[in-house]
Amino acid sequence: MLKLIVQRLIFSVITLTIVAIVVFAMTDLLPGDWATAYFGKWATEEGLAALRDEYGLDRPATERFAEWFSGALRGDFGMSLSRKKPVVELIRYRLRNSLLLGGLASLVTIPLATLLGITAGLRRDRKADAIISTASIVGMSTPEFVIGTLLIWALSVGLGLFPSMTLGNPDAPIADLLPNVVMPTATLTIASTAYLLRMVRTTTINVLTSEYVEMATLKGIPRSRVIFRHALPNILLPTINIMALMLSGLLGGTFVVEVVFNYPGLGRGLVDAVSFRDVPMIQAIALLWAVMYVFFNLGADLLTTFLDPRLRSLRG
Amino acid sequence: MSQKLLQVEGLTTGYRSRAGHIVQVIRNVSLEMQRGETLGLVGESGCGKTTFGMTLLGHLRPGGQVIAGSVRFEGLDLFGLGPDELATIRGQRVAVIPQSASSALTPTMRVADQIAEVLALHLGLAGSELQERTLELLSQARLPQVDELARRFPHELSGGQLQRVAIAMGLAGRPELLVLDEPTTGLDVTTQAHILDLLREIQVSTGTAMLYISHDMGAIARVCDRLAVMYSGEIVEDGAIEDVFAHPAHPYTRGLLGSVPRLSYSGLPRAMAGRPPAPGEDAVGCAFVPRCAFADETCKTIDPALEPTDRVGKIPHLAQCHHWRRVLASGAAGWMQDLKARTNKAAEQEPLLELAEVDITYAKRGLAAFLARWRGEPEPPPTVSGFSITIHRGETLALVGESGSGKSTIARAIAGLLPPRSGRIRFGKQDLAAEVESRPAEIHHKIQIIFQNPDASLNPRHTVKQLLDAPLRLYFDMDRKGRLARSGTLIEEVRLTPRYLERHPGQMSGGEKQRVAVARAFAAEPDLVLCDEVTSALDVSVQAAVLELLAGLQADRGVAYLFISHDLAVVRAIADRVAVLYQGRICELGPVADIYSPPYHPYTETLLAAAPEPVPGARAQLLAKDVQEADPPARGCCFQRRCPRRIGSICDDETPPGQIAAEGHVIRCHIPLAELRESQVDLISPADIETHGVGADAR
Repeated sequence: MLKLIVQRLIFSVITLTIVAIVVFAMTDLLPGDWATAYFGKWATEEGLAALRDEYGLDRPATERFAEWFSGALRGDFGMSLSRKKPVVELIRYRLRNSLLLGGLASLVTIPLATLLGITAGLRRDRKADAIISTASIVGMSTPEFVIGTLLIWALSVGLGLFPSMTLGNPDAPIADLLPNVVMPTATLTIASTAYLLRMVRTTTINVLTSEYVEMATLKGIPRSRVIFRHALPNILLPTINIMALMLSGLLGGTFVVEVVFNYPGLGRGLVDAVSFRDVPMIQAIALLWAVMYVFFNLGADLLTTFLDPRLRSLRG
Repeated sequence: MSQKLLQVEGLTTGYRSRAGHIVQVIRNVSLEMQRGETLGLVGESGCGKTTFGMTLLGHLRPGGQVIAGSVRFEGLDLFGLGPDELATIRGQRVAVIPQSASSALTPTMRVADQIAEVLALHLGLAGSELQERTLELLSQARLPQVDELARRFPHELSGGQLQRVAIAMGLAGRPELLVLDEPTTGLDVTTQAHILDLLREIQVSTGTAMLYISHDMGAIARVCDRLAVMYSGEIVEDGAIEDVFAHPAHPYTRGLLGSVPRLSYSGLPRAMAGRPPAPGEDAVGCAFVPRCAFADETCKTIDPALEPTDRVGKIPHLAQCHHWRRVLASGAAGWMQDLKARTNKAAEQEPLLELAEVDITYAKRGLAAFLARWRGEPEPPPTVSGFSITIHRGETLALVGESGSGKSTIARAIAGLLPPRSGRIRFGKQDLAAEVESRPAEIHHKIQIIFQNPDASLNPRHTVKQLLDAPLRLYFDMDRKGRLARSGTLIEEVRLTPRYLERHPGQMSGGEKQRVAVARAFAAEPDLVLCDEVTSALDVSVQAAVLELLAGLQADRGVAYLFISHDLAVVRAIADRVAVLYQGRICELGPVADIYSPPYHPYTETLLAAAPEPVPGARAQLLAKDVQEADPPARGCCFQRRCPRRIGSICDDETPPGQIAAEGHVIRCHIPLAELRESQVDLISPADIETHGVGADAR
């Protein structure tokens, strides 16, 4: 098990290095740079040259990568080009806000989707299943901005319960953010629950129609024990990896929801950074996401390996 | 005991089809079982055996319903009970042993827990008593090192061990009736023989009644006293097993028995025409009419009833046929086809394929191999080693052995899919490259392969026409019209009608699909066809037809077959020469007649002794343990670890010499031939044929 963890950690580091190279190359090799974006149509040769010289934009790419990457390893992502502040400082609060939003959404989504998915699977083709499945299809096929807008219309405009958008700065205290986080959380929860519960429902049905569940029933085991002891572990194991993927997506911030509610998270930050061609900011957020994806997946793999006896003996 | 253990009365079950009709699966079945009785239930796949077996536990698969009749267990109407009451009967009074233990055991629970929960629930055991009893049950199922084994998860056990766990689980609640659903299908012959032996022993010691569902007449003959034959959801014959085997009163039983290949018989088994009707294909009159040689106008209009025949015995012999008298009177003669005169084709023909000293290994390659060497792990012995064989034009060479003996590996190497590590492959007059990509294009069509499972080898989205068109387009310069005409001829050669050209594999039965696979192989006009367990997934009746087809095509076209099989009886029916393979090494090689009579290689002897012949009361001789071996031994004889005739350290250290027992018959063993000959008995006595009917009975 320890050997496996070390092995997987080494692979994760290799993966992240490759991601860093790709991120750097993509932001660097695209036509236009921050200098041209800064001046826009008023750009002059001299102005561009001066700016490039100031920020070292005309040095060879490899040199700049080495500098950036070694900085990133130490947690220094350079200065934001548009805000003239260290990137880390700008990102820190945005990360906190995204984690708050994503954390709350996951906290509701995972138990809710599991419960609804299993219920629908157990009551397959009956009334409860029909209601849950229809609702999940509606939830899945409605874009997040529509859900968000509907919530604003109903809860903010109609009932005046929650503010429709966040006006505070990214570094506002959590207590101030709490009323603002409710509606984005609800939007994210609706969208991801709809998706996750369908996965859980399918797995539940597969497990319930499996021969080992039939066999357990024919052994005279009471239904509740069949479900909890024989079926449940086999339903949950395959969903752990899906949950991990979803979790990293939720915690890393989501563009659409953050933009709709003007929520100061990472997604919103990336959208702003892209429109300002604020390259260090883009690179930092992209790399941060990659780190989250890699480590959530690693966590899920290790967890399933630990919980599933088949994987345990396969991977040793 | 006056009361019947089980009483099924007029049971009809079915499900509602998409169109809203009721489709009947079990049709008006009435059956009784006494305490301690062992009843075998045979029939082709899809005739309702398993569905019926499950009704004895009051269970129907989702969608199923009881339309009429009842199942009474000791007077209790099982389908009238609620879930709680049923739960007290299941596992405790009626238990089931499933077909495939590997999918019927919960993968996330330790095997001991799965047995213990039955004990805790039904017998109220707890604590150390519970643990002791669990281990006791596992040892009773003859599992080794139960203390350690009990803590394992299902995937950590072999197929035979899993089946034993399932048996222990079935016995845990001390049931009065055990429903066994094909409990040995998919196991190796030696493992099967051990399991059947165990079941018989359990029956004797516990007096548990058993319903043994199987398509395997040989397995049923080992375990059961009474036999019921199911066709199209009905019981068509029922009686004492000896009586039914020797004097079948229903044409279907007669046909089934005739289609079973036997060790004691060297000809092809007789195929039964047609296929069983699918549920819902209800016809007026007897369901067997389309396949029946005895049918007349009465059969087409009046449904026969299950009635007693004039055979007398302890168990009444019933048949559901208007003409049982005629069927009985026709005797057993003509069950089997005339003995096919077997000439040794090998002697007359030039060699087609030669393998010399071929070694094949699945060992790690590249980085993984480097790491293994770096860690100082010894390289495992090759999967197939020193394999040399010659196949002549137009002959059938069979490769026999248990799973893991390397049979398919060799076929893949010949096909060029798995390059050997060393050795030479010659085809005709030229050396063949190891990889199929490096072989000359004109060779490709000469070697074709047919796989075990046509469901996996035929693309389900292609029509038969497209399937047959592919090799024609690939190998031959033909226009569309020509290819279509050729497809038409091919489909008729495998005895299907041109209507099938438009069908998809999903619209055909297993046997029909395998015929299409045969047609596809022959479309390439091959010289050599590699047949990898081509009949293993088929019913006996269909198997006989496919064997007949292969033999016919060989006679017409002069192709050679490499016929891979685990079934010694099938091999006897079709092969000219046989190579017996253990752990990737040849133990014995020779003409078919020599292989089936002494002297045998000890491994051949073990296999023959374990093979279930459809002879009631026969018991297998269990010569060797059915352990699963991981890697082949690095030195000495490949069979050293299981050999019942091991003579000493010479077997472990030295490669046995190839002793020539007769012309072309080689036995690789350290024991001198004379000694083998002296100590071995003929395991296939022709006496079987006389006592059990083939050709002997003329009433």
